[in-house]
Amino acid sequence: MKFQSKAEKRELDMTSMIDITFLLIAFFMVLINFSEADTNERIKLPISELAKPPDSPPTEPMILQILNDGNIIYINTEYDIEGLRKKIEFQLRLLKLLKVPIKSVNVIIRADAGCEAGKVQDVIELCQSLKLENFKLRAKQNDQ
Amino acid sequence: MKRKLSSHKKAELNMTSMIDVVFLLLIFFVMTFKIVVPEGDFNIKMPPVSQPRETIDLPPEPLRVRLSASPAGQLTTISLGDRVLGTSFTKLRERVLLLIQQRGGPEKAGVEIELAPDDQLRYEYVVEAITAVTGEVKDGQIYKICDKIKFAPRHK
Repeated sequence: MKFQSKAEKRELDMTSMIDITFLLIAFFMVLINFSEADTNERIKLPISELAKPPDSPPTEPMILQILNDGNIIYINTEYDIEGLRKKIEFQLRLLKLLKVPIKSVNVIIRADAGCEAGKVQDVIELCQSLKLENFKLRAKQNDQ
Repeated sequence: MKRKLSSHKKAELNMTSMIDVVFLLLIFFVMTFKIVVPEGDFNIKMPPVSQPRETIDLPPEPLRVRLSASPAGQLTTISLGDRVLGTSFTKLRERVLLLIQQRGGPEKAGVEIELAPDDQLRYEYVVEAITAVTGEVKDGQIYKICDKIKFAPRHK
């Protein structure tokens, strides 16, 4: 038996599929969050029902992430407390050159729920000794 | 001059490459998508110890919350001033609220809360204590109790 050679062009109506695909892209584009560079998956934040996202982002944020073992991640690098001191001193010198007042710096502490309170206080005391005075302890709203 | 619209030829765009790109974009967004849990901050103002006071008025005596821990880092007792409250953060909230109301309510009192956790205490208990003294959620509304919180200086 011979197949018909005539190449009949079959057309699918793609309109609705493209509509849905574009809607999906729009949905994901709106919800995507690129700010995860400031977060670390090794840190499980403590939970607090009062942890509501702030209305406006804090000025001059300095995000310090304290791991379970007490080491600190700052700008994607892990430090111990002495290494962190040098890094923050360097960062503050840069801010001074840029004429940013040190008092406007907000230290955001993202500490693991299981780390020792003393380690968090060590970091706060280190920042205090470098004349930083605004601290924000970060927590998440629920456990999802 | 008139254009001839003689034959109704269907103008066809070649959609293949566009659909390819669109699907690539869709796959990228699906792969990178992650539900982000809302995060919030508790403000803590801790000026350097050596800083001279700008005002002569002495602030009211802070309420001292002590959090004691077992060697494993578990909470053993909460005490507010001299009063031991067991391990109940609800009791802590009620007691702080009572003391603040005695001093004229959250706005007038201007009370500071000073936290003194043991070094080995798990950090989640500290945040739980801060939550208890900061406020409470009732019917979806947040009622503030005290927003001036600091850590007590440690004696090493």
